[in-house]
Amino acid sequence: MNIPMIKYSLIRIVVIVCALTSVGPVSYGQDKPIKKDLKFTAIPKNVNNPYMVIQSGGAVDACKELGIECKVVGPSETGASAQVPYINTAITQHQNAILIAANDPNALVPYLKKAMSQKITVVTLDSDTAPEGRTVFINQASAEGIGQSLVQTLAKEIGNSGDFAILSATPNATNQNTWIKYMQEELKKPDYKDMKLVKIAYGNDEDQKSFTETQGLLQAYPNLKGIISPTSVGIAAAARYISTSPYKGKVALTGLGTPNQLREFVKDGTIKEFELWNPADVGYLAAYAAAQIASGNMQGKEGETFAAGKLGNRTVGKDGVVLLGPPTVFNADNIDKFNF
Amino acid sequence: MSQSQPSTRRLARRISWETILALLVFIAVGGGMLLNKDFLTVENWSNLLANFVEIALMALPLSLIVITSEIDLSVASMLGLSSSLLGLLWEYKLAMPLGILICLVVGALCGALNGFLIVRFRLPSLAVTIGTLALFRGFAYIVLGDKAVADFPTEYTDFGIGTVPYTFIPSPFVLFIVLAAIFWVLLHHTTIGRSIYATGGNQTAARFSGVNISRLKMLLFIASGVISALAGIVFTFRFSSSRADNGTGFELSAIAAVFLGGVTVQGGKGTVTGVVLSLLLIGIINNVLTLADVASEILRIVTGTLLIISILLPNLIASAQERLRLIQRQRELAKLGSLSATK
Repeated sequence: MNIPMIKYSLIRIVVIVCALTSVGPVSYGQDKPIKKDLKFTAIPKNVNNPYMVIQSGGAVDACKELGIECKVVGPSETGASAQVPYINTAITQHQNAILIAANDPNALVPYLKKAMSQKITVVTLDSDTAPEGRTVFINQASAEGIGQSLVQTLAKEIGNSGDFAILSATPNATNQNTWIKYMQEELKKPDYKDMKLVKIAYGNDEDQKSFTETQGLLQAYPNLKGIISPTSVGIAAAARYISTSPYKGKVALTGLGTPNQLREFVKDGTIKEFELWNPADVGYLAAYAAAQIASGNMQGKEGETFAAGKLGNRTVGKDGVVLLGPPTVFNADNIDKFNF
Repeated sequence: MSQSQPSTRRLARRISWETILALLVFIAVGGGMLLNKDFLTVENWSNLLANFVEIALMALPLSLIVITSEIDLSVASMLGLSSSLLGLLWEYKLAMPLGILICLVVGALCGALNGFLIVRFRLPSLAVTIGTLALFRGFAYIVLGDKAVADFPTEYTDFGIGTVPYTFIPSPFVLFIVLAAIFWVLLHHTTIGRSIYATGGNQTAARFSGVNISRLKMLLFIASGVISALAGIVFTFRFSSSRADNGTGFELSAIAAVFLGGVTVQGGKGTVTGVVLSLLLIGIINNVLTLADVASEILRIVTGTLLIISILLPNLIASAQERLRLIQRQRELAKLGSLSATK
C-alpha cells in the first residue's frame, strides 16, 4: 500500500509546487471550450521513475485546471510489451484520451490504433511511437537544439579550447546517440577548431559505473578540460566524483540533469551550468493538446495552433510533432526557483 | 465407527489441488464481476487471454521438466533470442516461413545444449539454465543489438493481434489450446508420461525399471527450447516488434504458474490441468487488478505472494494429512492394545 501512496503524495507535492509557482487562479484565455466530463489515462514508461512521476504530475496538474479526471497508471518495468495491458484497460474503461510515453516505437502501435478506432485521443510525450500510432507527439526539445547548446555551454566554460570527453548512458541508447551526433555536427564549426572530443565513455545509466568511468576518464586524459554528460544519472555520478577530487574547479562539467539532483554541486562550484527541459511542462502540454483534440477543437494537423494554459500557444509541426521549446539552463542564480 | 474414517479420507483425497484452483478461478471471476462492470466483456476476455499466451506456452514443457525435478530458467531468454533472430532474418529478406523454421531449429539446438550439459556432465539444471539465461540473452543482443525490427508482413501481425473468426479467442491462444491438449495426452496417457512421473518420484528406481532418464531429460529440454522459440515468434507478431530484450523476466511468471499449478519443487507431482487452471487464475487476477487501477508494484507483490502460497500450501496440507494419519494409527494401535488386553 505504501508505494502508490508515496507516488501519489509525490505527485501531489509536484502539483502543489506547480500551483504555488503559477500566478493566481487559473484563467488562461481559452478561445474554444474544453468538453466537460473528460477522462484521461496517463501511462508513463514506468511508474517508479522519478522523472516520469514529475512528467505525469504535470499532466495531472493541467487536467485539474481543465476539470478533467486523470489517472496515472503504468508498468513497473520498461519492456516492449509492458504498457499494452494498460492501453487495453483504458480502452475497456472508455477513457477519452491516452497520454503515453512509449517504451517501444512499434510494439504499441496496433493497440494504440485500436484505441483511436474507438474515438480515443492518443498523445505521445517524451518518447514517440510511429506516427500512425498517435495524433500528436509532445517533444521536449529538438535533438539538434540539445546537441548544439550543450557544446556551446561547455565551450563558453573552457574558452573554446582543450580536450573534452562525453559520458553517455549505454552505447545503444537512441536519445543519447542522437544528441551526441548533433554535438559532433556542432563541433565541425570553425569556432570549435581548438576543442577535441577525445573519448565517449559509457556509464550505462548506472550510478556506480558512471562514477568509475569518470574516474577512468580523468586518469587516462590528464589534459582533460571538460566533460559533457547528456544523462541525468551520468552527470550526477560525475559531479559526485569531481566534487571530492583534486579536479574540482579544473574540469568543467555540464550536461542534462535535474535541479534537485545537482543543486549541491552547482552551489559548491563543481557545475557552473547544466540544462534540462521541465518534465512537468511536457506532461502539462500533452494534457492540453489531448484536451483540445478530445474536445474537437483541433485535429492535430500541421500548422494548427492551440492554447496550452500557462505555456501559451503552441503550433503543431511536421508529422504532428509539438515542440515544448528550448531547454532551460540552470545555474547558481536560478536553480533555487526549480524544485524537481 | 471404522466405516466413517475411510470415507472422510477419500473425501480429503478427492479435494485435489486442481479442485481448489478451479474454485479460486470461480471466486476470481465472481470478484471481477463485482468489482468492475467491464470485466465480463468479450473484449476484456480477449485481452486477458492474449496477455499471458507466451507465458502459458512456456509453462507447458516447463511443468514436465519440473515434474522430473529439474528446472529450465532460460525460457524467457530463449524467447528473446528467437524474437531477435526472426527480426534479423526478416531484415535479410528471408521468406517468413523459412525464418520461423530456423528460429524453431535454433530453439531445439539451445534446448539440446541445456540438456547436454545437464545429462552428460550431471550438472544441476538450476546452475546450467541460470548460465544459459544470461547466454541466450547475450546471443539475442549480438543478433540484433539495440535495433528493433518492426515491419513484419501484415498477414503475420494480423495473426498476432487477431481473434479466431466469430469468437473472442485470440488467434495465438489456439496454439496454446492445441499444445496443452498434446501435453495432457503425453503426460497422463503415454509411457513417456509415466516415465516422467517415475523419474521425478525416484530417479534410481526409475532407472532400474528401464527408464532412459538421459534421453527423457534431453527430449524435455529440447521441447522447452522449441516451444520457448515458438513463444518468441508469437510475441514478435503480437507486438510486431523484434527486440533483444523482449520477454525479459517472463521466466518468473512461467515458473510461478507451474508451481501454483501444483507441480512440486521436489518433483514427481503435478498435472497439466492444474497448470492450465493456475495460468487462468493468474491471468484473471492480473486483469481484475489492472482494471481496478491497482499499481503495478502491487501486481508484482500479488504474483510473489501467490508463488509463496503455492509452495507453502501443498506442504502444509501434506504435513496436516501426515499428522492425521499418525493420530489415526495411534488410535488403532490403542484399540488393538485394549482388545488384546481384554483377551
